[in-house]
Amino acid sequence: MSVAERSMGLGLRALGRLAGSELVDRVGARKPAERALYRATREGFRAAGASARTFKAAQQRKEPARLKPAADRGLFDLTPSDEQQMIQESFRAFAAERLRPAALAADGACAAPAELLEQVGELGLTMLGVPEELGGAVSERSTLTAVLATEALAHGDMGLALAALAPASVASALSLWGDVEQQATYLPALVGEDIPAAALALHEPRALFDPRKPATTARRDGADYVLDGAKSLVPLAERASLLILGAQIEGRGPGLFLLETGSAGMLVKPTPGMGVRAAGSGELRLKDVRVPAGALLADGDPVVYAECVRRARLGWCALAVGTAQAVLDYVIPYVNDRVAFGEPISHRQAVAFAVSDIAIELEGMRLATLRAASRADSGRTFAAEVALARSLCAQKGARIGSEGVQLLGGHGYVTEHPVERWYRDLQAVGVYEGALLV
Amino acid sequence: MINLEIPKKFVPLVAQANQVAKEVFRPISRKYDEAEHTYPKELDMLAALIDGMNDGSETDGAGAAGVRRTRGSDDGVRNGSNMSTALSIMELCWGDVGLLLSMPRQGLGNSAIASVANDEQLARFDGMWAAMAITEPEAGSDSAAIRTTAVLDESSGDYILNGEKIFVTSGDRADLIVVWATLDRAVGRAAIKSFVVERDNPGLQLERLEHKLGIRASDTADFRLVNCRVPKKNLLGSPTVDVKGGFGGVMQTFDNTRPLVAAMAVGLTRACLEETRRLLGEAGVEVDHDAPAALQSAAAAELLGMEADYEAARLLTLQAAWMADNDKPNSLQASMAKAKAGRTCVEVAIGCVRLCGSLGYGRELLLEKWARDAKILDLFEGTQQIQLLIIARQLLGKSSAELR
Repeated sequence: MSVAERSMGLGLRALGRLAGSELVDRVGARKPAERALYRATREGFRAAGASARTFKAAQQRKEPARLKPAADRGLFDLTPSDEQQMIQESFRAFAAERLRPAALAADGACAAPAELLEQVGELGLTMLGVPEELGGAVSERSTLTAVLATEALAHGDMGLALAALAPASVASALSLWGDVEQQATYLPALVGEDIPAAALALHEPRALFDPRKPATTARRDGADYVLDGAKSLVPLAERASLLILGAQIEGRGPGLFLLETGSAGMLVKPTPGMGVRAAGSGELRLKDVRVPAGALLADGDPVVYAECVRRARLGWCALAVGTAQAVLDYVIPYVNDRVAFGEPISHRQAVAFAVSDIAIELEGMRLATLRAASRADSGRTFAAEVALARSLCAQKGARIGSEGVQLLGGHGYVTEHPVERWYRDLQAVGVYEGALLV
Repeated sequence: MINLEIPKKFVPLVAQANQVAKEVFRPISRKYDEAEHTYPKELDMLAALIDGMNDGSETDGAGAAGVRRTRGSDDGVRNGSNMSTALSIMELCWGDVGLLLSMPRQGLGNSAIASVANDEQLARFDGMWAAMAITEPEAGSDSAAIRTTAVLDESSGDYILNGEKIFVTSGDRADLIVVWATLDRAVGRAAIKSFVVERDNPGLQLERLEHKLGIRASDTADFRLVNCRVPKKNLLGSPTVDVKGGFGGVMQTFDNTRPLVAAMAVGLTRACLEETRRLLGEAGVEVDHDAPAALQSAAAAELLGMEADYEAARLLTLQAAWMADNDKPNSLQASMAKAKAGRTCVEVAIGCVRLCGSLGYGRELLLEKWARDAKILDLFEGTQQIQLLIIARQLLGKSSAELR
């Protein structure tokens, strides 16, 4: 068996060809894809929360459930735990079998297929950051586990992974910072069978956006807060029934609000970007949106807000590592199979060294990401480590996306091969704030 | 369980090495940069101290011999002497790379002996300072092309070595030189063996000492081997030419020593970053790790990018050392660490000189010296390009005949 046949590359390329011509037509995906783009460009804002759900508090505990810090053996170790290895393996298999084949069509449709998101739910993704006593799957802090799961899914497709992970992010945030009532109200649904679409909305539509200084405001009015402003790059924007939204609390600092999308005064518009289109990103407008005072997460603690921003960046790092690994795994068989001047192009140093550079920088991205995550789990500070990981994943990740296309030459520029999509997706890493967290 | 912090048990060792770097190396750093070829006598005392640290316990190794691989008896994760050595080298090179290279009994030859010597040889060469002689005027990166020959003289049982060796770090000061020579040039790399030659061997003639861009505290010697007789028992590894086994014997050393050279680069990189952070701080510029890079000053954003590359280089180095300690094949990771750390230290060192202006370029501070020292770390123990070749061949499944 050749290297190409052993790797996933050949299968993908074959699939890519099919998708380019027959498959998309066969599953009737082309028309919806075109419609989605048409609607996105022609339609303006409409009322948010078309699929809105109502949430009611289930039986309450006395204290919010919190995950305890992971045990620290004081050893340098790169071996995932048995559970983490199982999660890695099953998510990798799911990404290869379900996400990768659906990626091209979902990119065109600017949406993840609903049945695919249901299947992700069956994997228990939303339970990975939630304590057992609240229906989750873990007893210790699980940032690392979430990073490994995110990386595995992003190896299939970054956009679909983002769509899958957005509700899990909200579940994790509630575990980390929700009070008893907030946990009782939202977590049962998020760890249940019919998982609501949910996402973290931090970004805002302006250049040089600083997530620490949102222009969206929250004004106290009696027993309520009144929200005004705009949020961009919100995944699952049209489907979401629950958001965690960043806003400047008048007279205080930035804080996080739980927002059910049925609320009056909310408008949503699909805004497909350059990449990660399967996540169905959109923009929200909020005008005099009323939420009860109990919607404020962690009592508006600015420390929690800052941690949320960092955890979101870490989530993007994990996405970048998974997609950059996909690039490396794809270009290796390609440059070995592609013949020019009478021999495989991988026999040329200019080509081979580009592959080495991808591998080196990718490994650095991965280790920096793992370090930040392990520090978060063991209760250490991780602000600086997240900044370093983000710097690497944004810069080197974008470069790996570019090199992936470069190594395929003209073939890299056409949608027959996934590298053009990965090029677009990897540029998102340095742009997005929020959207998901680990 | 995944954890990438410095192992708890090595924290005292790191602090100790940092003290040595700060109190012993830094104060004499400029002196021996200027007095090239003068023996740094301050190091004799220190060498004795390091010997003591090495003898302390099996896991607290801090010197060149720490690279010997021992099979772990337990099935748990080990943090052993490859890691402790890498960590202490990082600290010492934060002090001064040239002085670390001049440390008695800490030569790359010592690492080679530790990696491949048998127990009898280990005992016999114990406590001696061993340099490494591979490069020749016509063979550098292409070490399989060396021309120095070794011929067995059946009557005396000695090997007779003839040839020329250049760029031998600590070659003048060491007690022993580990010399690469070929038993049969027609066979190629499989015939290359390493021989331990005593420095006072009359057949080993010092030609000259090099004048260099940096690491001037360290002597770099050129030798001529003229009918140099070496006893049979000084051959490291197997004396037979095993064509299938190939280069394995002598190249095995590199899997262990490349992470150490990467560690040198990591230490020097940190020195540059800390000094630059201090000087930029005085100029009112600080990195804010929570602010988006685009919202920081250009200098702060550049410093952040350099810190990130440093972090990647450091973690790649620790990964390679951790794999060596746990007896995992790490040839790929060792080369990735060396490649990343080597280029990072050069880019960071010259970047820091640029950011600090006349303070960086002048000789009053050490930034300009570090920028000169840095370049060797992307050259010796395999250049950047050689590392990229090794990495690419492994990833692409190519032989050295296919991917040249």
